[in-house]
Amino acid sequence: MSSLHHSNVIELDYAPQQKIREMLRERSALDNAITVSMGPQHPSTHGVLRLELTLDGETVVNVKPDIGYLHTGMEKQMETKKYQQNIVITDRMDYLNPMGNNLGYVMAVEKLLGIARDIPPRAQTLRVLLTELQRLASHLVWLGTHALDLGAMSLFFYCFREREKILNIYEAVCGGRMTVSYFRVGGLPYDVPPSFNRLVRDFLDEFPAALREYHTLLTNNPIFQKRTRGVGVLSGEDAIALGVTGPALRGSGVAHDVRRAEPYCGYETYDFDIPVERDGDVYARYLVRMREMEESLKICQQALDRLKPGPIKADSPKIVLPDREEMKHQMDALIHHFLLAAYGFSVPPGEAYHAIEGSKGELGFYIISDGSERPFRCHVRGPSFVNLQAIPKLCQGALLADVVAIIGSLDIVLGEIDR
Amino acid sequence: MSNAEASPVVASADGLAADDLALVKGATDALARLRQRFQSAIEQVIAHNGEVTVYVARAALVDVARYLRDEPKLLFNLLSDLCGVDRGLEADPRFEVVYHLFSIPHGYRLRLKTRVPENDCEAPTLVGVYPTAEWHEREAFDLMGIRFTNHPDLRKILTPDDLEGHPLRKDFPLQGY
Repeated sequence: MSSLHHSNVIELDYAPQQKIREMLRERSALDNAITVSMGPQHPSTHGVLRLELTLDGETVVNVKPDIGYLHTGMEKQMETKKYQQNIVITDRMDYLNPMGNNLGYVMAVEKLLGIARDIPPRAQTLRVLLTELQRLASHLVWLGTHALDLGAMSLFFYCFREREKILNIYEAVCGGRMTVSYFRVGGLPYDVPPSFNRLVRDFLDEFPAALREYHTLLTNNPIFQKRTRGVGVLSGEDAIALGVTGPALRGSGVAHDVRRAEPYCGYETYDFDIPVERDGDVYARYLVRMREMEESLKICQQALDRLKPGPIKADSPKIVLPDREEMKHQMDALIHHFLLAAYGFSVPPGEAYHAIEGSKGELGFYIISDGSERPFRCHVRGPSFVNLQAIPKLCQGALLADVVAIIGSLDIVLGEIDR
Repeated sequence: MSNAEASPVVASADGLAADDLALVKGATDALARLRQRFQSAIEQVIAHNGEVTVYVARAALVDVARYLRDEPKLLFNLLSDLCGVDRGLEADPRFEVVYHLFSIPHGYRLRLKTRVPENDCEAPTLVGVYPTAEWHEREAFDLMGIRFTNHPDLRKILTPDDLEGHPLRKDFPLQGY
C-alpha cells in the first residue's frame, strides 16, 4: 500500500498556478483591502470558528481567528466535580476523540495517585486498542470533511461508512458511541463483551481495502493535488515555535510523537512507524494522516493479538469500584462502593502533567490536587487550540479558496478549543 | 490515604533527590548550571511524581526561558502548555503562571513556575521566546486575570466581550453570576 503514494505521485506543472498567485499578490495593496467575516456558521470552519479575513481581491492579507463561541467553562466545572465525575466532561471536549481524552485525564489522575504502574496488562492493551481505533475514527472524519471542503463529496460517505463500524464497536463495548466515558481511574469499569474480538477482527480485516479505496480517490487526483500541494506551507522551525504538534508537525518534517518520546500504556512494546513528510504543505499533512491510519491499524492488530483474559482494574479498593458480584457477598466491597459513590476518593496533594498523543497532537492534562476528592485546578492542553494559532501564518498570501483547505488540513475541533 | 508521606521532595538544583526517571537524571547538570547562572532568580526546585518544577523570579523569567531554549544540552524548544493558577484567596502570592516545556531533541520535560501577587497581577510575556505563548497568555489573562507585560495583543479570547471578571478565579461563582 505504501507504494501507492510515493512512486505514482503525478508530477504536475505548477507554473501557471504559481503565476496566478504571484500576479494576484503583486496587485495586493492594503489600501484596497476589505474585511470579510468567515463563520461562525460557515460549513468549512468545522464548527463555530469565526475568521476575520482581510482580503485584497482573492488574496488573504491577514487572518484573525475569533474563538470562544463554545466556551462552557469546563475547567471551572472540573474544579467542582469529583475526580471520577470529570471523565464525563472530558468526552465533550474533543468530541471526535473521546477515548483519547478519557485516557489523558485518567492517566494524569493515576500519576497523582501513584497507581500508574498497577494498571493490569489487559486494561493497558484495551486502552491502546480503543484509542487507536479512535484515532482511525477521528482521522476518518477529518478525511471526509477535508475532501468535502475541497469538493470531493463521495469520499465523505465512504469515510463515515467505516467510522460507523468503529462507533458500533464502541456501542458494543460501553453503550456510548461518541460520549464513551469508558476509561476509569485504575483501569476499566467492566470488561468488553464476548463479541468484541470478532467485531474488531472483522473491522481490521475490512479496513485496508477501504483505505486503498480512499487513496484511489484522492492521493493521485490531479484536482486534489492542485488544491493542496504548495498550499499553507509551514516550516519545521515555525511549527515548533508555534507549538504545533501531531500530524501537522510531522507534516513539516519533525518526527515528534508523544507515543515515541514519552511512551505510555506500553506503546514502547508495539511495532509501528512515525510517518513524516518534509514539504509542510496541506498535501504533506494529508499524507501523514493517511499513513498514520496504516500504523494505527498495525497497532490495533498487535494489541488484539496480545489481548489475554485477566483483570481489568488495579487492586486498589479505595479508588476502584468493586465488581457488582463481589458487592452482593462481601461487606467490605459494599462499604467501598458506598464510600466511592457517595464521597469519591481523595488524591494526595501535588501536581501532575500527563500528555498523550491524541489524534490531533499533544493532548495534555495538568491537574493540581489539594488532597481533597475534587481537583484544585485542571488545565487542558488541547492540540486544536494550539494548532489553530498557526492559521494566520499559513494563510497570509494564500488565496481565499486555500483558507478552506488549510483549516481542513489542521483538523481542529472547536469543542476542545473553547472548552 | 495519608498525605504526610506524599509531600514533595524539595531539593537544590545541584543535589536533586535521586529519581528513577531519566528526565531528572539527564537534566541534573544542566539544572545545576541554570542555578549557577541565574543564582537567586531560581527560587526553588522541586522533584515530585517524576516531574521537575523550577520556581523562577518574575524578573528573570524571559532570560531563563531563553537560556533553556537555546542551551545545547537542554534545547527546550517546545512550550507545550502555559496556564494560570489561582492558589486561593488567602494564599500569598495568590497567583502562579505555570509553563510546561518540552525538549524535542532530548525528550525532557520541565515545569517552570513564576509567582504573581494579587496587587501586582502581571507577568512578563514569553511571546518573544515562544510565539505559541500568545494565545495561552490571552487565555490566562481572560480566565485568570493575569496581565502579561509587552504582550502584542492582550485581548480576551474565550469569554464574551461583555463579561466582567475572570471565571477561573476562586472567588468567581460557578453559577448565578
